[in-house]
Amino acid sequence: MIIATNVSKKFGSLQALNNLSVTCTKGECIALIGPNGSGKTTFIKTILGMVVCDSGFITFNGNNINNNWQYRSGIGYMPQIGRYPENMTIGQVLDMMKDIRKTSAILPYDEDLIGSFNLNNLLNKRMRTLSGGTKQKVSAALAFMFNPDVLILDEPTAGLDPVSSEILKEKILLEKSKGKLILISSHILSELDDLVTQVIYMQEGTLCFHKTIEQLQADTGERKLAKAIAQVMQQ
Amino acid sequence: MKKVIKYVIIDILRNKIMLGYTLFLLILSMSIFSLEDNAAKGLLGLLNIILIIVPLVSLIFSTIYVYNSAEFIELLVSQPLQRKTIWMSLFSGLASSMMLAFLAGAGVPVLIYQADATGLMMILIGELLSVIFVSVALLAAVKTRDKAKGIGAAILLWLYFSLLFDGFILFLLFQFSDYPIEKIMVGVSMLNPIDLGRILILLKMDISAMMGYTGAIFKDFFGTGTGMSLSFLVLVAWVILPLTLSVRNFKRKDL
Repeated sequence: MIIATNVSKKFGSLQALNNLSVTCTKGECIALIGPNGSGKTTFIKTILGMVVCDSGFITFNGNNINNNWQYRSGIGYMPQIGRYPENMTIGQVLDMMKDIRKTSAILPYDEDLIGSFNLNNLLNKRMRTLSGGTKQKVSAALAFMFNPDVLILDEPTAGLDPVSSEILKEKILLEKSKGKLILISSHILSELDDLVTQVIYMQEGTLCFHKTIEQLQADTGERKLAKAIAQVMQQ
Repeated sequence: MKKVIKYVIIDILRNKIMLGYTLFLLILSMSIFSLEDNAAKGLLGLLNIILIIVPLVSLIFSTIYVYNSAEFIELLVSQPLQRKTIWMSLFSGLASSMMLAFLAGAGVPVLIYQADATGLMMILIGELLSVIFVSVALLAAVKTRDKAKGIGAAILLWLYFSLLFDGFILFLLFQFSDYPIEKIMVGVSMLNPIDLGRILILLKMDISAMMGYTGAIFKDFFGTGTGMSLSFLVLVAWVILPLTLSVRNFKRKDL
């Protein structure tokens, strides 16, 4: 579904992505793992077209994403740090996004998360007054709202309280069961255990490995993802 | 595209600065017209202030607005929208609110006191200058990532267009006063929309005689139909050129 071929990106002298080739297929739940600054967020941003890669290309459902924008209607993106127009209220942001993404093809909006995060009581709050966690909830609600085929979640549970991150995890599991492609980057590996089916491990912009979770378990002899990755990192 | 423009305009209207700018222009032009007993003289006084204020406000406000909408732009870029659409909507929203503010603030008094060809020319030039400097501001803002640098660049650009360029012209005139450079001056004046606007309005006021021989050459060129249409084409080019450049830059920008 998403195929990246030899993608490279430099920010000044920093090589953020180095000849990265990855294939993500439908129905998988893929964890993007790597140390800080390994290029996870940059990779996610290149998929979304927010960062334009220097060389290489990415295809989405067989179409090159370069100079293409319609493909993004099939993606729900939850950024690492949600940044929203500060003077708008939560309600206005939600309405604006509905207005912008409105097409007849979209099924009724998926407003599960707005309900379970109790955002309905906060609709009149301005974005600049929100705590980091509440902003994350808004980001999550927006990512799932339009029933996209692909969900890209950049550190979704960072900043969420335990109850909310459990709600979000349940939601991710539900969407996974519908056969959607889900990309999650996270540092909290214990949370990923029952979610992911594949692991992409990156280091300094290069792909170290892309394996299914079973294969990783077999290679390292560890059941838990956290221990398996720890073993890989020590090698 | 209409949807995004709508949100940009709502956001600008919520900003009190735009209202203040309109009121300022209104008070300024009303007081100038009521101070002078001759409306034509009032128009001349207003002209000099407008040629300074309009580009300044247009340039600085637009630059700061673009930097302050960084979050908004970032949010939109990850959505199924063309980058060109986002940028053009930003431009259209800014340009239309600047034009509206100028029309309400300076256009209405001019129409009340001096609704002839000169007055209309002045409104037209004011509107064009508003749009031109929004377009220049977008280019300055897209080129620099750093907010302070970008706003500094906008201020320098304004200084260049309203002060430095005139100094450069004077320098040219004195250095080459032995040569017949009047025709070249016509070409050089195209390089600055503010000067071009000033010349067009002054010629309409029929005081070009005060500008000496150069004024006569200007009258010969800008007074004719072709000269007029050519200068308006140049003014429109001043809108389109920076705008297309900024769109091209924005398409390749990393957010």
